[in-house]
Amino acid sequence: MDPIHVGRLNHAYGDGELRRTVLRDVSLTVQAGEVVLLTGPSGSGKTTLLTLIGALRGVQDGSCQVLGRELIGAAEGERVALRRRIGFIFQNHNLLGFLTARQNVAMALEIDPVMPEGERMARAGAMLAAVGLAGHEERTPAHLSGGQRQRVSIARALVAGPGLVLADEPTAALDRVSGGEVAHLLRDMAKSRGTPILMVTHDPRILGIADRVVAMEDGRAVAAAAP
Amino acid sequence: MNALTKPSLLPWAPEHGREAMPAAAPPTGTRPEWGAWLLLPARFAWRQLRAERARLLSAMAGVMFAVLLVFMQLGFRSALFDSAMQLLSVMNAELFLINPQSPAVTQPEPLPRARAYQALAVPGVTHAVPIYLAQAGWRNPRDGSRQTIQLIGFDPDSRAIRADGLDGLAPALRRIDAVAFDTLSRPEYGDIPALFAERGPFEVQVDNRMVELVGLVTIGPSFAADGNLMMSEVNFRRILRERQPSNTDLVAIRLRPGTDVAAAQRRLRSIMPPDAIVLTHAELMARERHYWETATPIGFIFAFGSAMGLIVGMVIVYQILFSDISNHLREYATLKAIGYATGYLARVVMAASLILAVMGFVPGLVLCVLLYEVVAGATFMPLTMTIGRAALVFVLVFGMCAAAGLLAMRKLRDADPADMF
Repeated sequence: MDPIHVGRLNHAYGDGELRRTVLRDVSLTVQAGEVVLLTGPSGSGKTTLLTLIGALRGVQDGSCQVLGRELIGAAEGERVALRRRIGFIFQNHNLLGFLTARQNVAMALEIDPVMPEGERMARAGAMLAAVGLAGHEERTPAHLSGGQRQRVSIARALVAGPGLVLADEPTAALDRVSGGEVAHLLRDMAKSRGTPILMVTHDPRILGIADRVVAMEDGRAVAAAAP
Repeated sequence: MNALTKPSLLPWAPEHGREAMPAAAPPTGTRPEWGAWLLLPARFAWRQLRAERARLLSAMAGVMFAVLLVFMQLGFRSALFDSAMQLLSVMNAELFLINPQSPAVTQPEPLPRARAYQALAVPGVTHAVPIYLAQAGWRNPRDGSRQTIQLIGFDPDSRAIRADGLDGLAPALRRIDAVAFDTLSRPEYGDIPALFAERGPFEVQVDNRMVELVGLVTIGPSFAADGNLMMSEVNFRRILRERQPSNTDLVAIRLRPGTDVAAAQRRLRSIMPPDAIVLTHAELMARERHYWETATPIGFIFAFGSAMGLIVGMVIVYQILFSDISNHLREYATLKAIGYATGYLARVVMAASLILAVMGFVPGLVLCVLLYEVVAGATFMPLTMTIGRAALVFVLVFGMCAAAGLLAMRKLRDADPADMF
């Protein structure tokens, strides 16, 4: 089964006269190991689609199967459980400022209280080394550059071995060099693990990392093409 | 970062595979641990609190303020009640007779003295000592100012009262117009211990009579009296001539060692007319305390003050936690997005509130012990820290912080993980 299978998905915000449809009959499939970029103008529905696939919102109409689970009608507890199997990378990294890089990464493992503390820390350290941050483990986000913070964010997303990575503009806040490095790192890390990536981006510099680019406009997936 | 290093493949990562990853790497542990369930959120809360020192200090100050307020209110309340009990606590008898109409020992209704003689008829009773209580005017020997002082008249040979300093004073107190002064009396009576040390026995004026101060005892001031003067019952009546000798205020009954107190009490009750009730020492103390707690506004005032302290503390802690959650809403939403349940975040907030309870309580307790010393020195009230009170306040403050945490938790609903994208 494909990690993501979306069929005739519709979504709207508001009620009555204020109701505004943001997704219209969107269908999308992402296969294992595939890197798919979602592009399109602001308000085209990219982020809403990402939040629905990420089980961050309830699905209203259509079908949204993620990692084998149908999300329409899914309870909050089921969505929380699914989110634990997804790696999230945010535009502003959203690291916890009072934790070190290692502790931030380990937070993705702390969800499972069974794992011993030593193992959690060892895995977090190894993951940070894998994203090129060996020696920076004990620094807090305030003492890391923008690119380094985003690498920590990638490490946090990947450390628990997710079945899927969802990323929202991960390079938007980075300069050209850092953005390119982060994008390629993300692709390499995901490819090495066979983890599919669905990434929203406006950044034309990173289109080259994609296996496929899906363009969205006015709530519809209007085109899908190889980069 | 420097040059991009080729990612080293991790032990739990499929090597270059195209197949989907398993949902999560298998942990080496197998048993869910309650400790982790509780300690991980607590550790998270502590790290979050520690990161913002100024906020942490203000939160601690808020809890400390509540702790101080509650300790002082409870301390005053307890000290006032204890002070009301000072005289009774030095009574050395197993049973007591008192007029049932007396609301308190310090506000006695007349008790026929004959009841003491009746009590002596009961087997096992060795002494039935009438005790006389009254207020009189004291002339300060230093500056001549006049103060009200409590007179305690009794048979000094009876040992019905065991105040420090009283042993050995009985022969002196049997002399005409001899009195002993309570060294814990307030300083407004004059620096009597120093005068006594300097001059030895000397004359003082009580009401309109000159009496000789022949010794010092230790009892302590109370609600009813800022100072005490002990004397024989004969000297008591010499000072207060209007008092009828046939009536006393309290009878202290001493039993032969080994006598069954309950049986003696039952026997006394069976022979006493309705104008006397028979109480054990503990019952007399409880009756006195009950009067001050219920028949006066004192109990309510200090209970109300304690409650106000807790409410103020709760509001402070709530405000701090609420603003803390508001400031960290994005972080909480991030945690929700990556799979943390609201229950975990609720435990974080609860842990933060309880950490604040402990961190505010400990310095508050230390400060209160010092303040008790200061206040006790200034008021001569028995204001002391007890383990019981410390435990009670800790439980109250713990509850206060928990309640504040529960209220603040509602703010967690505003942390919407969908807002992270």
